[in-house]
Amino acid sequence: MSFQATPELEAEVNELITHYPVKRAASLMVLHAIQEKFGWISSEAVQWTAKKLELQPINVFEILTFYPMLRQEPQGKYAIKVCRTLSCALGGAYELHHHFCEKLGLDAHKHGAQTTKDGKFTVEFVECLASCGTAPVMMVGDKFYEGVSHKKADEIVAGCK
Amino acid sequence: MAQEYKLILKHADEPGYTPDIECYLRHGGYDALKKALAIQPKDLADGKKLSGAEQIREDVKVSGLRGRGGAGFSCGLKWSFVDRKSGKPIYLICNADESEPGTFKDRQIMHKDPHQLIEGMIISCFANDVKLAYIYIRGEMPEGAKILNRAIKEAHAKNFLGKNILGTGYDLEIYVHRGAGAYICGEETGLIESLEGKRPYPRIKPPYFPAILGLWMCPTIVNNVETLCNVKHIVAMGGAEFAKLGTPNNTGTRIVSLSGHVKRPGYYEIEVGKATLRELLYDKNFGGGLLDGRQLKAIIPGGSSSKVLKAGEKFKLKKKDAEGKEILVETDMLDLPYDFDSLAQAGTMSGSSAIIVMDDSVDIVKALANLSEFYAHESCGQCTPCREGSLWMNKTLQRLTHGEGRASDADYLGKIADNIPGGRTICAFGEACSWPVQSFLAKFKDEFVAKGAADEARRAKEIEAPAEHKQLESAQH
Repeated sequence: MSFQATPELEAEVNELITHYPVKRAASLMVLHAIQEKFGWISSEAVQWTAKKLELQPINVFEILTFYPMLRQEPQGKYAIKVCRTLSCALGGAYELHHHFCEKLGLDAHKHGAQTTKDGKFTVEFVECLASCGTAPVMMVGDKFYEGVSHKKADEIVAGCK
Repeated sequence: MAQEYKLILKHADEPGYTPDIECYLRHGGYDALKKALAIQPKDLADGKKLSGAEQIREDVKVSGLRGRGGAGFSCGLKWSFVDRKSGKPIYLICNADESEPGTFKDRQIMHKDPHQLIEGMIISCFANDVKLAYIYIRGEMPEGAKILNRAIKEAHAKNFLGKNILGTGYDLEIYVHRGAGAYICGEETGLIESLEGKRPYPRIKPPYFPAILGLWMCPTIVNNVETLCNVKHIVAMGGAEFAKLGTPNNTGTRIVSLSGHVKRPGYYEIEVGKATLRELLYDKNFGGGLLDGRQLKAIIPGGSSSKVLKAGEKFKLKKKDAEGKEILVETDMLDLPYDFDSLAQAGTMSGSSAIIVMDDSVDIVKALANLSEFYAHESCGQCTPCREGSLWMNKTLQRLTHGEGRASDADYLGKIADNIPGGRTICAFGEACSWPVQSFLAKFKDEFVAKGAADEARRAKEIEAPAEHKQLESAQH
């Protein structure tokens, strides 16, 4: 399902709106809430958000297209984000990314996020995740992993059921 | 020998220390807040009264606290710019959008000792008559956001937040606002736009100084996580006592994020200026030295935007001699005290206090290409020199690292980098993306030229080789 305004979502969004004297300010948090529930933000979700916050859809859409974390299409069940910025690169982030791609049958040289055919994994490079002392670091969904060796990477993948 | 000095991270890594409020209270938590709220108005010689809030603001000035986010601007001065006569509400935003590559100190505070930040924020809000505050945390830190939300809830339950805090009549709400993966949101006016629910395009100053026209065009204070934590300690120990920590004009402690090619990467809290770069890299208390058999090549001393320092570089550092006269002392880059002013004298900055160490295994062109890719990705696109320049620099560096370089690329890169900063862009991102390129080129130009020249020579050979191949083909036909 791409989007449905459930009572649960309504309640969460209504609460979020109370955090700000101006409704528009809630838009980023509302989009986070939607993405958490549906995995991505569809145009129906944009329309709904705009209406809820008394905005034009373009006001919501321009946020959706700007922020790298917000998605306009579904991703794999497990989203693997490997940090690629300098300290992690010095610590082997490119090799780690390559390892994931090879293991999951993806093209390590392709730019941007890639999803496996079965829709289980999405692998992408992201910019600095702010844990440079434990490079290389990565996330799977909301879970954060530090000092990821190739062996640890294999265990992480194996743990994704 | 330089030692760690744990003020902010005093408890964070102690065994058994947990992020919940009961643990924080057992360690003297919220005592500084109680002290702050109880400060009595002080009579001045001219008959005027100084309120408790005003006294805290004065004390923060006395402490000499400088912002821990990157610019190192005086916190007391920043607070003094706030327009208190407009009649509009004053907002405070905690900048927890920690995303300067190399930096991972705020993460430690928020994950391990969130109440310290909350207490620092409440005191700072009280001192500035703020009734509504936000923590703008990186989208990539969902766990941190959860921990902070829990901490806020706990603080509410104890009436450290909410209405009529501890019976003083003071009201305050703090909300967590999550970013969504854009580095530019760390720039304070970009952050404000983002919080307002727009694209985080930085605002032009003047007129949009946050202290006057900030969030919803109201006076707004934006402070880094570590800065706000320091306010708690300033109230607890007094500004004058705080100023004794560190070195003159570089007071207090700083959490240094150390990453790259050292044996013990990690975060180390030091008194500002009481450890040199050499000590931070080589002492067993800190980095523990380079990896075996390696030589130092370069360090980036204050987050990825700061200008690189080359191993063996010497600087003339201003010092006072025995009679108090100012003299210039030649100082090796490794002997620079790690503080705001010494690094500035060396033409770089301590920025977000993040040191990235690179040994002689590093391909310096590749390292810069990595950073340029970051800046090309993160430019918000508002100002042409930055949007185009960051992309051109990245493209040029990518071709240099993918066998398509030219010997002239070094000069070309320099020309682009020189045409982005210096008032041509709205915010300091223009500087941030140019400084690495300018400094890498200034100090390692030969490596860029050599790489480009080698690519050209190789391509010239490749053009000759297929020609022979073609002759062979036509002969066969």
